[in-house]
Amino acid sequence: MTTLETTTGLEQQHVSQAAGAGQSRLPKFRLKRISFGLLLAWLIIGTALLWAVAPGLFTGYNPVEGLPGGQLKAPSALHLLGTDSLGRDLFARIVYGSVHSLSGAVAAVAVGLLAGTSLGLVAGSTGGRIDAVIMRFVDVLLAIPTLLLSLSIIILLGFGTINAAIAVGATSIAGFARLTRSEVVRVRRAEYVEAAFGSGGTFWNVLRRHILPNSLNSVIAYTAVQFGWAILQLSTLGFLGYGAPPPTPEWGLLIAEGRNYLATAWWLTAAPGFVVVAVVLSANRISQSIGRTR
Amino acid sequence: MTRYVLSRIGQALLVLWAAFTLSFILLQAMPGDAVLIKFLSPDYGLSPEQIQAIREAYAVDGSLPTQYLRTLVNFLTGNFGYSIQAGVPVSAQLATNLPPTLTLASLGFVAAVTLAVTVAALSALAPFAWLRNLVHSVPSLLISVPVFWLGIMLIQIFSFRLKLVSVINPGPWESLVLPVATLAVPIAAPLAQILIRSIDEIRTRPFIAVAVAKGATQRRILWRHVAGNAILPALTIAGVLFGELIAGAVVTETVFGLNGIGILTEKAVSNQDLSVLQAIVVISAAAFVTINLLVDFLYPILDPRLRTRSGATA
Amino acid sequence: MTNSNQSVLEVRNLSISYGDGDRRNGVVHDVSFSVAAGEVVALVGESGSGKTTTAQSVLGLLAGSGRVDAGSILLNGEDISRWNEKRLRGIRGPVVSLIPQDPSNSLNPVLAVGTQVREILEIHGRLSRKEADRRVIELLTHVGLPEPELRARQYPHELSGGMKQRVLIAIAIALKPALIIADEPTSALDVTVQRRILDLIDDLRREHGTSLLLVTHDLGIAADRSDRLVVLQNGRIQEEGPTPAVLAAPKSAYTRKLLSDAPSLAVKTNRPALDLSKPELVTVTGLTIDFDLPGRQRFRAVDGVSFSVPQGSTHAIVGESGSGKTTTIRAISGFQKASGGGIRIGETDVASLTSGTLRPFRRKVQLVYQNPWGSLDPKQTIFSIVEEPLLNFDPLPKPERASRVEAIIERVGLPTSVLSRLPHALSGGQRQRVAIARALVLEPEVVVLDEAVSALDVTVQAQILSLLGELQRDLGLTYLFVSHDLAVVRQIADTVSVLHNGRQVDYGPVEQIFERPTSDYTRELIEAVPGRKFPHHLHIAAQAAGQVS
Repeated sequence: MTTLETTTGLEQQHVSQAAGAGQSRLPKFRLKRISFGLLLAWLIIGTALLWAVAPGLFTGYNPVEGLPGGQLKAPSALHLLGTDSLGRDLFARIVYGSVHSLSGAVAAVAVGLLAGTSLGLVAGSTGGRIDAVIMRFVDVLLAIPTLLLSLSIIILLGFGTINAAIAVGATSIAGFARLTRSEVVRVRRAEYVEAAFGSGGTFWNVLRRHILPNSLNSVIAYTAVQFGWAILQLSTLGFLGYGAPPPTPEWGLLIAEGRNYLATAWWLTAAPGFVVVAVVLSANRISQSIGRTR
Repeated sequence: MTRYVLSRIGQALLVLWAAFTLSFILLQAMPGDAVLIKFLSPDYGLSPEQIQAIREAYAVDGSLPTQYLRTLVNFLTGNFGYSIQAGVPVSAQLATNLPPTLTLASLGFVAAVTLAVTVAALSALAPFAWLRNLVHSVPSLLISVPVFWLGIMLIQIFSFRLKLVSVINPGPWESLVLPVATLAVPIAAPLAQILIRSIDEIRTRPFIAVAVAKGATQRRILWRHVAGNAILPALTIAGVLFGELIAGAVVTETVFGLNGIGILTEKAVSNQDLSVLQAIVVISAAAFVTINLLVDFLYPILDPRLRTRSGATA
Repeated sequence: MTNSNQSVLEVRNLSISYGDGDRRNGVVHDVSFSVAAGEVVALVGESGSGKTTTAQSVLGLLAGSGRVDAGSILLNGEDISRWNEKRLRGIRGPVVSLIPQDPSNSLNPVLAVGTQVREILEIHGRLSRKEADRRVIELLTHVGLPEPELRARQYPHELSGGMKQRVLIAIAIALKPALIIADEPTSALDVTVQRRILDLIDDLRREHGTSLLLVTHDLGIAADRSDRLVVLQNGRIQEEGPTPAVLAAPKSAYTRKLLSDAPSLAVKTNRPALDLSKPELVTVTGLTIDFDLPGRQRFRAVDGVSFSVPQGSTHAIVGESGSGKTTTIRAISGFQKASGGGIRIGETDVASLTSGTLRPFRRKVQLVYQNPWGSLDPKQTIFSIVEEPLLNFDPLPKPERASRVEAIIERVGLPTSVLSRLPHALSGGQRQRVAIARALVLEPEVVVLDEAVSALDVTVQAQILSLLGELQRDLGLTYLFVSHDLAVVRQIADTVSVLHNGRQVDYGPVEQIFERPTSDYTRELIEAVPGRKFPHHLHIAAQAAGQVS
């Protein structure tokens, strides 16, 4: 899926390059800029998504039921990443865990994105007292350290994947609101927005035609960063035992479970950790590439 | 000037009060409380009258507004209530747990700033382009690492494989080395990122070209001209870094089994010990607000453009 | 160090490119010229001519990926083009120094002014701290800063643009270099300040016998201040020679075009006399605009401005920064509330407009902005940019909208093929044509042009000005033309208001303002316009040619 997306991207650039032949040299540069790192990032995110959608394609092992007598086996051709203390294949658990981590992160980002951008949009485009009230509320959200805020919400809602996702999402509302507001204010000051009002545009027309499309890029880039951040936070909550209950193969929980076998089976903690790092790093890399094409 | 200071302090108090209210709504105003969870359990075999007496003792009865006002007054007088689980005043728990966390956090913070400044300076001054590029990408790697996993990996590498740091009966300093390193990373990464970004941005400003035209060395330009300007955007994330410090402390203490506010928080969440958690939340918010206040007052000292103009301007 | 060669700077067959790897983009090609001791050489060209890149290479200051591909740069007879940073540092300051383009960003905002002047002494000198401090005050006095002790303790934001440029000049002359490179040293300054700064550079240069490499886009400045001219276009030298000779008899077609397109005070307007029978369309009486400042203070930006503009004519509002000219026209176009006085456009009293009646009013008055990079939405195609005003009012059927957009795009001299492009694919001049098309598509009565040609190169500026004239004749438009550039104003205005610190110091027909100004300020403004030594015959010839065609 990702490879597909990348190739269409390339094709479009070819087309635009042909269309604007000799006109501008921008497309040529951009074509070259699709770097190896970005391609790898998309590949990693794509693989993680495929794991979430169709885990059965990648592994034949059961993620929750262990094989008797196969406990704590070191990585081998049979078990790519070895087995845990109950004889469950670690690779299978990571693959099946993808859906928990990714859907949790998507839900968390959705909460933050919806609540945060609407608050920021309203604050930035109305200004005045409404703006002041909303932004003071955002200040209060920011005043409570994120982990403590999500823990408070988890206490209120109870443990579990969805609740943890909501708790993480709530902590990102403030960031989304601030970014959206500052983008809206920035775009509002642009001369082309004044020109749009000057040619008789109404508030909603200008918002739809100019302010939204021009603020969107940064918000999308921030969403990608927040996606990676949400995976980190969710794995932290999972590690502390407030997320999905065992035997769910959530990535943070996998690391927590592997901790007890650090001396004998280091791969149980190392492998899921590397997966988290790779996915988060990829999300950040993609965000960076979106932020740059302005 | 005094007007500005007073109004900023007023705003800070307002935010703090709102944070208190938010934490009260989240933690105390919900149905079902920790007293019931604990004492209804058949292990205690208490009668409803006894439970009611306990509820009064813990001050969790009464209507919401009275509870709210009582809690607010208690917090203002330094009374944070009782820990249901431990049965001791929250302030006593804080008194024993705060010092080790403060030690860990301040050491972690110093290590983080050192690390971040080193990375940022290297990314600007390192002799080879490939080395500069490599250092450039270090913060984005560090920012993607889960803190708890990093701690475990450090134990794995330094204690189990290299046997450099003993896990059994370590000395007082030895026991802090890995936790401090773990805690430093989540603070250093965003700090280094913002420092590198602002260094890169400031190096394109015209006044840098003027300094080069004066014959200044790269080193002089970095410390005399870039540093003073690059530190300003880094200050804005001081509050965020404090949040990272708290979160990092919770995780680090859990991973390394150190006593402190982090373990206290973790236990409070597991046992639904709400008074403890609310006290920690409100104290953290107070610290956050104070830090931002200090940063606001620090700005004019570091940036002359923000100083109120004296009569010297002709 | 010095040998028989008397050239301070000699550039031989210099080629410079930007970019990385095999994708390098040449910006300077085979450029050769020299600067003799005590001589002023002007590098003249439009944007993209490579003039700044050439000048930067002399200091070894090429930005980012810039690289000298071929040729040599001889400074006092030594080729510095292959020197490493360490050797270059030794000559930056004592041998060659820089006066930068943009004084407001060229001083470090967090260091005191005196510290920044002292730095160049610290780097190269063996002066004690006390001697250095004394020398700083000496230098600041020398560049004409009042109260130098106070200035040394102040920070850049406490100084005006002209004062900052004086500080930068003090830094440039501190070690008495053999050569100073001045890169557009006054393009960010007001015209009266510009004149004083250029005079200062001239005086100091003469005093020490320093050579000057003056980079400028302004032929007027080059004509007034240089001994020799080097004309660059697209990184290649078009013409080089003694300034009077080049101006009198330019050899290359490009130089001739530059000279004829440059606006000049000496050229009298060839506009037909005002038709006084036409009714007055815009009437401004006693316009006053106040701004609230923190601490219950008020700042009067516009103070009692009155003028009237007959239909079909052009009224120019002239002033330097802070004169209130932009605030005035923002009030006229309904973006700013007036505090007192009246504005009438046709039958409409602008002050009484409510949010309901403001929109229909917009049809009549349209604004064109200075910066064609900021006034077009980067995400819209040219078609939707020009179409948008039509969508805001009575909805036309789609085919008719499209035909009106196409018609107006052709009217402003653009091919319809641009309609599918995005603004970034267009040049500055093309963008400004799009902005004009957007303003005209609603068929307004009044077009307000806010420094609408100031950001453009002279050749493009000349094209846009002639387009504006044509449109006015054909469509009977009334223009309000805001500008700081008196030479441009003289060419296109019928009547002129001169604003200074919010007050109207002069008002009348264009001939009267330029021939018999009533205020001292207007006289100072006119005298400060560069281009005194301009060859007027060329202009007259060019205009004659234009009238024939």
